[in-house]
Amino acid sequence: MTMKARHLLGLEYLDREDIELILKTTKSFREILDRPIKKVPTLQGKTVVNLFFEPSTRTRISFELAEKRLSADSVNFSKEGSSVKKGETLLDTARNIEAMKIDFVVIRHQSPGAPHFLAQKLESRVINAGDGAHEHPTQGLLDMVTMTDKHPTFKNLRVGIVGDISHSRVAMSNIHGLLKMNAKVTVCGPATLIPREIEKLGVHVCYDIDELIPRVDVLNILRIQLERQESGLFPSLREYHNYFGITRQRLEKATKPITIMHPGPINRGVEISSDVADSEHSVILDQVTNGVAVRMAVLYLLAGGEHVTN
Amino acid sequence: MSPIKKSFGTYNTFQKLPDKFLIKNARAIDMSEKIDDKKSIVIEKGKIVSILKNPPAHFNGDIFDGKDTFVFPGFFDMHTHLREPGREDEETIESGSLAAANGGFTGLACMPNTDPPIDNQEVIQYIKDQSASLLVDIHPVAAITKARQGKELAPIAELVEAGAVAISDDGSALMNAEVMRRALEYSKMFGISVLGHEEDTEMTRNRYMHEGYYSTKLGLAGMPAVAEEVMIARDIMLTEFTGGKFHVCHISTRQSIELVRQAKARGLAVTCEVTPHHFTLTDQAVESFDTNTKMNPPLRSADDREAIIEGIKDGTIDVIATDHAPHSIEEKETEYIAAPFGIIGLETAWALISTVLLKPGIISLSDVYYHCVFNPRKILNLDIPRIKEGEKANLTIVNSNHEWKPAEAKSFSRSLNTPFTNFNLTGKSMAVINKGKIFYS
Repeated sequence: MTMKARHLLGLEYLDREDIELILKTTKSFREILDRPIKKVPTLQGKTVVNLFFEPSTRTRISFELAEKRLSADSVNFSKEGSSVKKGETLLDTARNIEAMKIDFVVIRHQSPGAPHFLAQKLESRVINAGDGAHEHPTQGLLDMVTMTDKHPTFKNLRVGIVGDISHSRVAMSNIHGLLKMNAKVTVCGPATLIPREIEKLGVHVCYDIDELIPRVDVLNILRIQLERQESGLFPSLREYHNYFGITRQRLEKATKPITIMHPGPINRGVEISSDVADSEHSVILDQVTNGVAVRMAVLYLLAGGEHVTN
Repeated sequence: MSPIKKSFGTYNTFQKLPDKFLIKNARAIDMSEKIDDKKSIVIEKGKIVSILKNPPAHFNGDIFDGKDTFVFPGFFDMHTHLREPGREDEETIESGSLAAANGGFTGLACMPNTDPPIDNQEVIQYIKDQSASLLVDIHPVAAITKARQGKELAPIAELVEAGAVAISDDGSALMNAEVMRRALEYSKMFGISVLGHEEDTEMTRNRYMHEGYYSTKLGLAGMPAVAEEVMIARDIMLTEFTGGKFHVCHISTRQSIELVRQAKARGLAVTCEVTPHHFTLTDQAVESFDTNTKMNPPLRSADDREAIIEGIKDGTIDVIATDHAPHSIEEKETEYIAAPFGIIGLETAWALISTVLLKPGIISLSDVYYHCVFNPRKILNLDIPRIKEGEKANLTIVNSNHEWKPAEAKSFSRSLNTPFTNFNLTGKSMAVINKGKIFYS
């Protein structure tokens, strides 16, 4: 079985079969990461350019590692110190890089749709590594893989996504992916951080975290940025923590353990307390490991690879 | 974004109207003259000399076969950005007027957000000089405030004396209610309208599309409908308070239209216009991330579009105006958030009216007359051209059956930024006549 989509622009654009294929393939690559020699020759001779127009540490490193472990050649491009600073447009930058004969573009950009724009203009395969507040599909996929480590099926799995939903590409990719797999998704946060008409996507909305906790199997906790407070969307980080922060005390109200997830980097003491982040139910570091495997799987499948059951 | 085929080589232009000219067997529509009938119109030296039921048996001159066409008094676009002076790479007075003529317009009002802006007599004189020999009548709209800064009133009396037909800070919202109050009050002395760009910019800063389901899904920060509505509510109250004349530019939401409807019912001098893109498209179009779906006000929800259609039908919306806003390819061919707001519209306006409103029976030909001929000129205190013996020929000839695609048609605007490139449209402008000149589309 091969992947139908030509690019990975978002989970909205993948069908259930492609998502299942990626998840299955990820499990195979996950196993490679536990070997003493973690490198396979799968993408030897292929070139990947990581175009990062926004600062990113973990996503970029995760992609780079995935590329290296597949033996691809990879080049990094960041906005700082590049031709963008000299006034070059996104399209010219991408076309110039493509003229050097590459196979994949991994792009992180502040504008929603920037990866779609490149996918229309370039011959290379395009992977969205986060486009503004739109989607971050590899994050959505790695979150889903991590959920399957703990929960046998998505069907009726109850997932709560907590925090700044309005500005979160992670939330959007989770929503699209999880709903396609028939999970039940509730978003929770201050009303000013829940975007309008999100219910129409098929999620529930909840403004009371204590009401949500007893009703979920997984909590995916998003990072709260100080700049949202500065733009007047909530009064203070303290108030946010008091009303929406995930603490051990709050989790004690759950009748059974809840899987705790966070895309990172975490603000300890704001959206999540340290005892929760470091607890036995936290899979935050598993997410990071799965992130490399997911990106290997995506690169492999977009290169035309087939899933092999071992 | 597939580029429109441009034919820079074959250059149609305004031609002298032959001394003797006959439009034969066209359906003539002029509600002010109570005409809606098949007519043959004889024009001599730019003047209508006779309007006949049947074409003359012998005619010694040029004949335009008007079969399957409508002839109206010239269409007028009261909301065009000509970009000259300042951005002649995007549009000039001449290229804009060719685009207007190609779209069926014989007159237009140009907005003052040029560089320098239309806030002094010299710029008005410049526009008049540049447009004197063109077929299309060009009427400048002057700025409300100096340099369009929203602070001090521009020299409105001088601007009106020089030929400004209205005042507007279009492109920028007038946030200061005190300034708006004084503008409505001061402009009353000249009987001119204040054309309002209605937007509370505190609620729209760094936003890129309509706020709703699609902005949520696309992760593009949204401009709420209410940012337009609160300003319209404010300005209607200021109109009532001052007794001024207020015209809402490019109205786009259900509640905005309801506010205008109520204001009209109270007898206030409040009018409004809508663009073809707002009655044709919704925010769903942004899913393509095509930067030609980015304009301000943004494409609204399907419910808003429905209210716009109702408003056009019941006459709450007085005018269809293009908000023709040329932008260079370089500026538009970029990521969504970086692209400027606005699309061109002169050359597709009639086709959209025909395809979206006329064909499905939403409006009648008499509505077209009011929305495209009569009301815009009335709001700007301009003479209404007539299909009448002895009048100067100022005519628009259009059809509603020609099927075409902008991608395959000739375009005269210097810019290409339209979302309608690959639309199948029905209805095209054939020719316009004005000032003793003719232009064939």
